[in-house]
Amino acid sequence: MARAEATAAANEAAPGPREAKRTMDGASTERQKKFYRDMLTIRRFEEKAGQLYGMGLIGGFCHLYIGQEAVVVGMQGALGQGDQVVTTYRDHGHMLACGMDPGGVMAELTGRITGYSRGKGGSMHMFSREKNFFGGHGIVGANVPIGTGLAFSNRYTKNGAVCLTYFGDGAANQGQVFESFNMAELWKLPVIYVIENNQYAMGTAVVRSTSETHLYKRGAAHNIPGEAVDGMDVEAVFEAGKKAILWAREGKGPYILEMKTYRYRGHSMSDPAKYRTREEVQEVREKHDPIDTFGARLVKQGVVKEDDLKAMEREIRAAINRAAEFASESPEPPPEDLYTDVLK
Amino acid sequence: MTQILMPALSPTMEEGKLAKWHVKEGDAVKAGDILAEIETDKATMEFEAIDEGRIAKILVPEGAEGVKVNAPIAELTQDGETAKPAPTQTKTIPSPLVGEGAPQARKGGNGHAVPAAPAAANLEDPAIPEGTEYINMTVRDALRDAMAEEMRRDPSVFLMGEEVAQYQGAYKVSQGLLEEFGPERVIDTPITEQGFAGVGVGAAFGGLRPIVEFMTWNFAMQAIDQIINSAAKTLYMSGGQMGCPIVFRGPNGPAARVAAQHSQDFASWYAHVPGMKVVSPYFAADAKGLLKAAIRDGNPVIFLENEIVYGRTFPVPKLDDFVLPIGKARVIREGAHVTLVAHSISVGLIMEAADILAKEGIEAELIDLRSIRPLDTDTIIESVKKTNRIVTVEQGWPVCSIGSEIAAAVVDAAFDYLDAPPLRIAGKDVPMPYAANLEKLALPTIDDIVAAAKAVLYRQ
Repeated sequence: MARAEATAAANEAAPGPREAKRTMDGASTERQKKFYRDMLTIRRFEEKAGQLYGMGLIGGFCHLYIGQEAVVVGMQGALGQGDQVVTTYRDHGHMLACGMDPGGVMAELTGRITGYSRGKGGSMHMFSREKNFFGGHGIVGANVPIGTGLAFSNRYTKNGAVCLTYFGDGAANQGQVFESFNMAELWKLPVIYVIENNQYAMGTAVVRSTSETHLYKRGAAHNIPGEAVDGMDVEAVFEAGKKAILWAREGKGPYILEMKTYRYRGHSMSDPAKYRTREEVQEVREKHDPIDTFGARLVKQGVVKEDDLKAMEREIRAAINRAAEFASESPEPPPEDLYTDVLK
Repeated sequence: MTQILMPALSPTMEEGKLAKWHVKEGDAVKAGDILAEIETDKATMEFEAIDEGRIAKILVPEGAEGVKVNAPIAELTQDGETAKPAPTQTKTIPSPLVGEGAPQARKGGNGHAVPAAPAAANLEDPAIPEGTEYINMTVRDALRDAMAEEMRRDPSVFLMGEEVAQYQGAYKVSQGLLEEFGPERVIDTPITEQGFAGVGVGAAFGGLRPIVEFMTWNFAMQAIDQIINSAAKTLYMSGGQMGCPIVFRGPNGPAARVAAQHSQDFASWYAHVPGMKVVSPYFAADAKGLLKAAIRDGNPVIFLENEIVYGRTFPVPKLDDFVLPIGKARVIREGAHVTLVAHSISVGLIMEAADILAKEGIEAELIDLRSIRPLDTDTIIESVKKTNRIVTVEQGWPVCSIGSEIAAAVVDAAFDYLDAPPLRIAGKDVPMPYAANLEKLALPTIDDIVAAAKAVLYRQ
C-alpha cells in the first residue's frame, strides 16, 4: 500500500462493541479464547496488585492497567517470534501479555528476590530478555527513543524483527517522541508506535494538553502512516496490529496506531481521580468494557458457553492468588545485593 | 467470611480517616462498587470493592480517624463459585513498608548492617614490550584509530552522531571512517541529542555496541536523562539482566572564546553517577588505549575529550592491540615534595608548573587521573603518603568538583600524613565569559598552580 493511501485509510474509531463476521476455523477460535483469557488474567492480576498495595505489601508508585487490557492483548497476538516490546511505567499488563510469569511480576511489585529484577526495579522497572520485553521505563517518553533504537538494531542486524513501542497520550507530547519519529522514518526502522490514549495524562485530559487531539496524525509531519483504533475491542486491535506490523516488517518504516482506550483506576494508587466524573467511568465500564463485551461476543458467536467463561474465571483467580502468595512469602533481597549489578 | 482491611492509598500513608461509608450492612456489592471514602495524607480517595459479596458487618464507623492501614474495617460474605476467600485477604500480612516495624525497615534495618561497598580492582597498565616502536600522533588521530580498530574487530560497533560521516566529524575525529565502514556503520544523525542518545541506548539493549558522539558535551545536557536514567541505571534496575554497552564521547571542557554555553567541564557531573564509567585522558596513547577499552566495556562509558588537546602530538606505541585499564591513574613524573593531580588538558598545565617548580628546587609528583570513575584514589593516597602535600587542578567549577572529591578521599585515608590542607585549583565559579581577558581569569593558570604548590609547602 502506498504511504498516502495508508494515511488516508486512517479511521476515527469510537469505543464500542463491534460485530464482525469472523471465520470460525479452529485457529481463530483458539485465538479468541486466548484473548479472553489473557485480558482476564491482566484484570485479575491488577485487581490483586491493587489489593496488595492496599495492604502495604506493594510500595511506592503502582500504575494499574485496568480498562486497557484489549490493547496489549490484541497487539501481542499480532506479534511474531523475536519481536520486541518496550513500554512505560504502566507495564504490568504488557509483561503478562509477553508471557512473563505472574508470580515473578507480582514478586517484583512486593520487592522480593524472586521478582524479575530481584526486587531492585519495582513496578516501573522490569525486564525479561527471554521474552524480549525491554522494560518498564519510569520516565515519560524516554522509552520511545529506546524502542526506536531496538528497531535500529533489528535493521542493523537484518534479523527481521519489529519493535512495539508503547506510550500514552501524555508521553506523546514529549519532544523526544518527535525526535524518534523523525529518525525512524528517515532510516525506515521497523517500529510500531502504539499510543495508548486513555484520555488522561495523570489528571490532564487530552483536550487540555494537546493541540491536535487525534494522536494518530502525529506522524503526518514525518510521513509516518497512522490509524485510530478502538482500543476497547481486542479483535480490532489485533487486525490493526497485524497490518502495522506487516508494514514495518516489509521494510516500509514505522507505523503509528492510536488506541482509543480508558483507564478505570486513577493514574497511580494515590490518585483520587477528581478530574473526571464517576458517571464517565461507569459509562465505559458498563457499555465498553473490553472483557465483558468480548465475552458476550464469544458466547453469542457460540465460541464458548457462559460456563466456560466461569471456569476460566475460577482458574485465573486461583493462579493469581498463587502469584500473590508467592509474592508475599518470598524473601526480600539479601543486604549484599545492595552493591550487585551496578556495573558489569 | 472475608475481612476488608483499611487500605494504604498512597506511598506514605500509615493511617487514615474513614470519611464516609457508601454501603451499609446487608448491602450486596460487586467488584468496582465504591465501599467508602478514605482520607489519606494526600487526598480523599474512593475505596472500591474487589470481590462480589454482601456486607455482613461494618467494624469501623463513619468518621473514625487514625484508622491504621491493614486494620479490619468491615466483613464481607461471599457466595457462588468464588466462595473460597483469597488467602491474602483473610490475614494481615506484616508490611515491609507501612505500619509497625517501618522505621527499622526504612533505615536498612531488618537486623542487618549495611554492607560495605566492594573494593576496587587492582589494575595495571599492560607492559609494553622492550623495543616497541613509538609513533608521534595527534590525539585526534589516536581516537580515530581506536574506533577504526574496534570497528574492524567487532561488526556490532558503530558510530553515530552529528556530522560524523559525510562531514568527517565536526572536529575531524571520525575522518575516513565513512569511507572504510560505509553509511550503515557511520551514521549522520539529525540535531536531536536526546533522541539519538536514546536510540543508542535502545541499540545497545538490542545487542549492538554503539559509539555515540556528541559534537560537544555541552549539547549532551539535552540527552542527560537518557544517559543516566536509561543507560546507567538499567543494569541495576533489571537485577543484572540488561546492561548497556555504549560509549558516549566528544569534546568536553572550555574551548577558546566560545563563551558560557559552549565552555563547561562535565567531569564531576558524570562522576557522581553509579552505573557508568568516566574517562578523561590527556595523552594520545591513553586516548587510544582507553577508548578501545571503553568500546569493549559492558557498561556505559562517558569519554570526555578536549577540543584544544585534539591537535597535540604525543608518542603512541605501535602495537596491534593496545588496550588500557579503565580506573587506573598514572604517575607521569615522580617527586618528593608535593603531589599535583589533574586530568585532561590540565595535565599539560601541571607538567609546565612542575618544570618551573623544579628550577626552584621543588620536586613535584604528577598524577594524570585518566579515569574519573572509578577514581584511582589508591594511587593518589600512596603519593600523598610520600609527599604529604597535594594540589588538585581542573577546568571545571570548584563546587562539588573532582578536586573536592579527591580532597575528601585524602583527608579520609591519609589525614595523619598531611602537612598542609589539600588545595584545589579549579575554574572560577562563574559562567565562562567571552572577553579574552576575563576568559583567561576564569581558568586555572600555571602561575596559580605554582603558587598553590608553594603554599602547601609554606614557601613564598
